[in-house]
Amino acid sequence: MKPIQVVEGRAIPLGLKNVDTDVIISAQYLKTITRKGLGQGAFETIRAQPGNIFDDPAFARANILIAGDNFGCGSSREHAAWALTDMGIVAVIAPSFSDIFSGNAFKNGILTVVLSQEVVDRLLEVAKTDPIRIDLEAQTVTTPFQDRFEFEIDPFRKHCLIGGLDEIGMTLSEDAAIAEFETAMACDRPWL
Amino acid sequence: MSDKPRTLYEKIWDAHVVQRRDDGTCLIYIDRHLVHEVTSAQAFEGLRLAGRKLRRPDLTLAVPDHNLPTTARLDADGKRIPIADAQSATQLAALEANAPAFGVRYIDAVAAEQGIVHVVGPEQGFSLPGATIVCGDSHTSAHGGLGALAFGIGTSEVEHVMATQTLLLAPSKTMEVRVDGVLGLGVTPKDVILHVIGVIGAAGGNGHVIEYTGNVFREMSIEGRLTVANMSIEAGARAGLIAPDETTFAYLRGRPMAPTGDKWDKALAWWKTLPTDPGAQYDKVVVIDAADIAPCLTWGTSPEDVVPITGVVPDPASFADPSKRAAAQKSLEYMDLAPGTPMQEIPVENIFIGSCTNSRIEDLRAAAAVVKGRRIAANVRQALIVPGSGLVKRQAEAEGLDRLFIDAGFEWREPGCSMCLAMNPDKVPPGERCASTSNRNFVGRQGPGSRTHLVSPAMAAAAAVTGHLADVRDLAPLGENA
Ligand code: SF4
Repeated sequence: MKPIQVVEGRAIPLGLKNVDTDVIISAQYLKTITRKGLGQGAFETIRAQPGNIFDDPAFARANILIAGDNFGCGSSREHAAWALTDMGIVAVIAPSFSDIFSGNAFKNGILTVVLSQEVVDRLLEVAKTDPIRIDLEAQTVTTPFQDRFEFEIDPFRKHCLIGGLDEIGMTLSEDAAIAEFETAMACDRPWL
Repeated sequence: MSDKPRTLYEKIWDAHVVQRRDDGTCLIYIDRHLVHEVTSAQAFEGLRLAGRKLRRPDLTLAVPDHNLPTTARLDADGKRIPIADAQSATQLAALEANAPAFGVRYIDAVAAEQGIVHVVGPEQGFSLPGATIVCGDSHTSAHGGLGALAFGIGTSEVEHVMATQTLLLAPSKTMEVRVDGVLGLGVTPKDVILHVIGVIGAAGGNGHVIEYTGNVFREMSIEGRLTVANMSIEAGARAGLIAPDETTFAYLRGRPMAPTGDKWDKALAWWKTLPTDPGAQYDKVVVIDAADIAPCLTWGTSPEDVVPITGVVPDPASFADPSKRAAAQKSLEYMDLAPGTPMQEIPVENIFIGSCTNSRIEDLRAAAAVVKGRRIAANVRQALIVPGSGLVKRQAEAEGLDRLFIDAGFEWREPGCSMCLAMNPDKVPPGERCASTSNRNFVGRQGPGSRTHLVSPAMAAAAAVTGHLADVRDLAPLGENA
């Protein structure tokens, strides 16, 4: 996973509440065998509408998404996180996220930033015309207009995201403990 | 280890802790990893991208099930018949390529041992008491019927287990579901678990691992215990357990992947230490009298929507909880049912006997006992019998059950998930109703617009021969000469 220190760039001002995983990526994409290419199918129902923000050239290279309350609710499909990554999204800002989604996002190296509705409203305004900057180390979101908002994040998640450490990498660093367990197991429970 | 009395769950958990973190989460060692085609492709891809390999391919077993059509797999020349759906074919081909590439044992689509992953694990003796078992599928809880701690995981976790053979987990709370007494006529393990879910609710087990205790489970066959544990997830529980006992040991002895010789003796000695200690405390206890359980079924779109077969479709107004009332109203609209309708007056056009819940030999025998001497009703359009594995199929054929079903008008299929979920060609058409032995009656589960009534195999057979939901107790067995 790519380490995240600072995310800076255009942010898609989606703003919608209760964006469920079906909206992010519909069920028909669950039969894929790769994480790549899912960006094509992301937000399909929204993209079907002419003039939608996802197809606005101004946001073609956006790496941040700003949404409303309860982003990522619905099924537990990890495809939602994979689709965002495939679209180039590195961070999502919203007043709240579904638990399962924020877990899946974290596992896939996406930063979820929780800010109050007022702050999100302000960022939605700025994002229409200007870039946004997220500094994970400082835990701040700033704009070119001197806005500065602080956010909270679980220290473990922050550590992993900054280091680009995925959970598997972290566990593999405990290899000695796992190997020791296996040795003991081979002796105590040799049938396994 | 402390001398505090421990539950079965706590004993298995403690035996698998690799590392305990300050916040109480533990790195848990995984003894058995079952893999199927739907949730594994991206995990294998992740390993490949990171240049990682499987830590313990020897503890991993792969078998295709969800996407496989259940029609013939070989043509007259013994060649594989290609799979029409391109995406299904791609997913299946990915597993077929990934398994050997990563050194994983693979049971292919035409092997006699192929079947639904949760039928294959126990049948092969791959799933064992006291083991931690995972699979990228929520009904992994089934293996708890052998006294294993078994639960479903997501694709990232599948990859994590592949790479490290461990998972980082928070311990669950424990819940005892005790059923004592004598089960009535026609009451099967499926009725027991449907009744339990009806009592505790679809979210009643949230955050818990259930242990089923009481003489009803002690006296139950392994097939029945697997059915019960399978549906623990439908009560919201992470897993379900039944303590291993002589029935378990007798079932496992001699299975292809079960331990033998000295290892068997050692295993047996350890398995015997697993049952919950006297005086151990559960976080929650639910006690049910076996006499209160009738042959039952679901009327709505949640597995908790359970009524006895002699009952009627409930009136949403009868639910005190406003959110349940609203949900019931929506369910009835989807199911196209009017409150007060006797369940036995509801006609069904589709019958599905199969799925990891009810596709083992005992299930087929129970259905056959009802079907014997009868034919499926004229209004039944589709009646599938889908054995859970090739070995179940073979056994049933040796007992002549296939002929009995085919003569009665059923279709006798190849093993797979089939009509349990709409991922392969077996579907319930929109607006039609199905008496199904599977485990989920969610909106659209058996196909868009499908209407599912969850039942036992005997009750599915009763519905097949009468053309409506029916009380199996009203269908006396017909003898040889009937
Ligand atoms: S039979 Fe149904 S519940 Fe069981 S593994 Fe297959 S799809 Fe899942």
